[in-house]
Amino acid sequence: MITRRHLLGTAGASAALAMSGLSPNFFEAEAAGANLAPGLPEGLSTVATMEALPGKKPLIKLSYRPPNYESPLETFRTAITPNDEFFVRYHLADIPTVDAQTYKIAVGGDGIDSPVEISFDDLKKMPTVEVVAVNQCSGNRRGLSKPHVVGVEWGYGAMGCARWKGVRLKDVLDKAGLKKETIEVSFNGADGPAVDKTPDFIKSIPVWKAVDEATIIAYEMNGQPLPHWNGFPARIVVPGWTGTYWMKHVVAINALTKPQGGFWMNPAYRIPLGKFPLRDRFITQENATSTPITEMVVNSLITSHRDGSKVKAGKVAISGMAWDGGYGISSVQVSTDGGKTWSAATLGEDLGRFAFRPWRFDLVAKMGKSTVMVNAINKLGQSQTPELIFNPAGYHNNVMQNITLNA
Amino acid sequence: MRVLPIAAIAALVALPAVADEQAIPMKKAPNLDKVEANCQACHSLDYIPMNSPFPNAALWDAEVTKMIKAYGAPIDDADAKAIAEYLKSNYGS
Repeated sequence: MITRRHLLGTAGASAALAMSGLSPNFFEAEAAGANLAPGLPEGLSTVATMEALPGKKPLIKLSYRPPNYESPLETFRTAITPNDEFFVRYHLADIPTVDAQTYKIAVGGDGIDSPVEISFDDLKKMPTVEVVAVNQCSGNRRGLSKPHVVGVEWGYGAMGCARWKGVRLKDVLDKAGLKKETIEVSFNGADGPAVDKTPDFIKSIPVWKAVDEATIIAYEMNGQPLPHWNGFPARIVVPGWTGTYWMKHVVAINALTKPQGGFWMNPAYRIPLGKFPLRDRFITQENATSTPITEMVVNSLITSHRDGSKVKAGKVAISGMAWDGGYGISSVQVSTDGGKTWSAATLGEDLGRFAFRPWRFDLVAKMGKSTVMVNAINKLGQSQTPELIFNPAGYHNNVMQNITLNA
Repeated sequence: MRVLPIAAIAALVALPAVADEQAIPMKKAPNLDKVEANCQACHSLDYIPMNSPFPNAALWDAEVTKMIKAYGAPIDDADAKAIAEYLKSNYGS
C-alpha cells in the first residue's frame, strides 16, 4: 500500500526539488538535539532538533510542515535578531515562493472607494518609514503552560526584534480611498491550506490600529529583503501587537465595514475577557467571554545564562532583553533572594518603544546556588506576573523567570 | 490564499520538510498506518509527539474532532476512531 507518507518522501520530494530549482544537498539538515528549556512537554524532546531551513541557520525545529522553528536562547543576546536566526511560524502548509516581479497586493473591501493593485515597484516608490519592533508569536512560551495545552509547544524563542522598513499601511489605504465607515482592515497572505476545507489564514485589525503611523507594509528587514520564511516580498508589521496579525507574503488587504469572520478570528487567537492587564481593545470582535489577543504583555528574558548554568563565584554579569506592547520599558528589576528585595538593572540602548530593551545586572555569586529573578516594568506601570495567568490557548505567558546558577 | 488539488500540494508543501519527515520517530503500534495515511496530508507527524504525553483520552478525542470539524480534514469515521485509539494508546496520559 502506498501511503501519503511514501508519496511525500519520494515523488513529492523529487517534484518539489525539481520545482524549487534547488539541489537536494541544500535541504540536508544539520539534525542535532536541541537544547530545550525545562518545563516543556516531554514528548517534544523526541522531535525537536536543530535544523536549517534554506537561507537560515540551524534553529530549533518543532514541526516540519507547516514549518515552525524557534530561535535558541543565545540568539537574543543582541537587541536586533539576525534575519537568518529569526523564528519561523506558519499555520498552513502550502507556502509558495513568491516572485517580486509579478507580486501584487489587491487593496479592496466594502470600506474602500476604488480598489487598487499595488506592485512591489509601486511599494518601493512610496515614502518609506522604519520601525524597530519585536515580532512575537502569541503562543510564545505555550510549552511552559501548567497544565500543558495543545498547540505548537514553543519555548522562549518564538520571537525576534528587527528593523523593519516599508510604507505606512495608511498610505496604501488612502490610495484606494478609505471610507469613514470602515471598522476593520483584514489581511491575507499567499500561503494557503493543504486541503480546500481548511480555513484560509485571514486576520483583521481595528481600523484605528491599521492607520496608526507605526503600522506598515514592510519589504526590508534589517536592511535586507525579507527572508522567504519571514514573508518575502512584503509583510504586515503591527508594532506592539502579537505576530498573528503580521501577515506574511501579504497579497490582499481589505477595508471592512463589518467584522471579519472565520476560524482564525474566532475561536482562534482569543483570550478570556478581563484576565490580562491590556489597554488595546478590539471591540468589534469582542463577545461576552473572549476577545482577540492584541498587544504583547510586558516581558523579559534572561539571555546570558540558562537555568542551572555553572558560574564562577564572584561577579557574574547577568543580561537579557525586555519588551512590551509599545509603551516602552521603564525599568527592569532583579531579585537575588526569591523576590523579597529588588534592585534596578542597568538599561541598554533604547531602539524605540517597540524594540527589545537590553538590560544587565552584576550578580555576586556565592559558592553554591544563587538565584536570579527578573521583572520588567513598562511606562504604564504594568509588570510581569509572578504566577501564570492560565488560559486555554497558552497565550501571554509573562511569568517572571527565576533561574538558578551554580558556583 | 491558494487552494490546489491535493496531488499538487504533495509536491509543493514546505519544501525542506519532505526529505526529513520520514525520520520523525513515531511509535510503531496498531493504527499508525491510519495516522500516516490521513494526518500527514496536512501536517508532519512531529505535531503528535510534541503534544505529548499530557493529553488525556478526552483531549485526544477532541483534537481529532477539531481536525475534522474546524480544519476540514477529510477523515472517515472508522479512520478517525483508529487515529484516536493510536493517539490515546501511545501519546496519552
